[in-house]
Amino acid sequence: MQVPILKQRDYLIASIQAALTDEDLKHLRDALVAQVGEYRSRGVIVDVTALDVMDSFAVRTLRDLAHMTRLRGAETVIVGIQPEVAFAMTQLGLRLEGVAAALDLEEGLAYLDRQAKRSTLRGPGPHSGHRA
Amino acid sequence: MSPVVAHLERDESTVTLLRELVAHLRQNRTQLREEWARRITEAKLLTAMSADEVFAEATAVYDNYLEALETGSIEALEAYARNLSERIIPRGVETDEVVGIVLLLRDVLARSLFAKYRQNFDLLSRVLDAYEPAANRIAITVAVGFVQERERVIRQQQEAIRELSTPVLPVRERLLILPIIGIIDPQRARQLTEQLLHGIRVNRAKVVVMDITGVPAMDATVANHLVQTVEAARLLGATVIVTGLSPEIAQTLVNIGVDLGKMNTVGDMQGGIEEAERLLGYRVAPVRDAAPAVEE
Repeated sequence: MQVPILKQRDYLIASIQAALTDEDLKHLRDALVAQVGEYRSRGVIVDVTALDVMDSFAVRTLRDLAHMTRLRGAETVIVGIQPEVAFAMTQLGLRLEGVAAALDLEEGLAYLDRQAKRSTLRGPGPHSGHRA
Repeated sequence: MSPVVAHLERDESTVTLLRELVAHLRQNRTQLREEWARRITEAKLLTAMSADEVFAEATAVYDNYLEALETGSIEALEAYARNLSERIIPRGVETDEVVGIVLLLRDVLARSLFAKYRQNFDLLSRVLDAYEPAANRIAITVAVGFVQERERVIRQQQEAIRELSTPVLPVRERLLILPIIGIIDPQRARQLTEQLLHGIRVNRAKVVVMDITGVPAMDATVANHLVQTVEAARLLGATVIVTGLSPEIAQTLVNIGVDLGKMNTVGDMQGGIEEAERLLGYRVAPVRDAAPAVEE
């Protein structure tokens, strides 16, 4: 199943609606990394609210996605991780290092807006907030 | 204890002998009881209880003891031992004291039997054959009853501690505090993390101040749980500020090499809340020209 990617202002939003295969995930990653350049996007939001499970492949793919888009000039935020999923991920030692996370789509957009404001004010600088 | 073992197996002659020695012990009840109470005081046992109380309990134990000897049934004694334990455990009576007094009673009674049958060694030997297993069984019953009661109390307390909820409290919009008091075991750590994560979602919190002033000690497992909780909260978009690490805990964490680099720590809860307010963009300022507080 392909994940639709929506363009909203400077941001790309990918909302995952059902469990994805590894292939789907890779496809999503490649599509987002490509489209960031195409649309000159400043931010990417991946909504995983619908996912009940995140395995190591999914976590790694999302982390890679975030690092790749950053290299292409866009910040990625993962939004909507369920509490149970978050707990299981930490238990299993699956870390989203260096990747921003937010509660839901709205928070994710707010986060990207703040990041954008910061970078226009001061240029790219150390990120504060939720990046570990 | 099952009814099968509650009855001592005994043959006719043993029963007769025991009946005889119980009659002897009943006859000398006053004197033996006093002797026993005196030896308890001498041995500095049951210091948590007054002399009168010791004597009253001694009387009750003595009578129950004789009954158990006579009938071979330790059920009544068991019930009494449980009841006694319930009363004396809260007063700080230790296991060695309880075992000690029962063994003292066994010895006092044995001495009295030696005195009575010293003319007839053969008979004494048979009396002791009957007496010793019964007396030992009684001692075990009382000790086990006491220990079981203690364990029951400990279990009950553990349950109570576990049920002490760890509240997740909203202080301001998007700011939660989580004061943790007491030992964190893996089960509690799990429960804590779950409560925190749901609290974050329900309150849409951005910052959580987790105060561990009330946590007396921390080992690698618990520290790891803490790091995991912080990471899980981050996945929901919330920053966790940990406050109130005692010097001991700080030392422990550094010594065992837990990576706390990713953790936001502030000295105390007040500092933590101030830092949280800064992160959230609040500024708290005193109101100028405020009316002075009304004092009575």
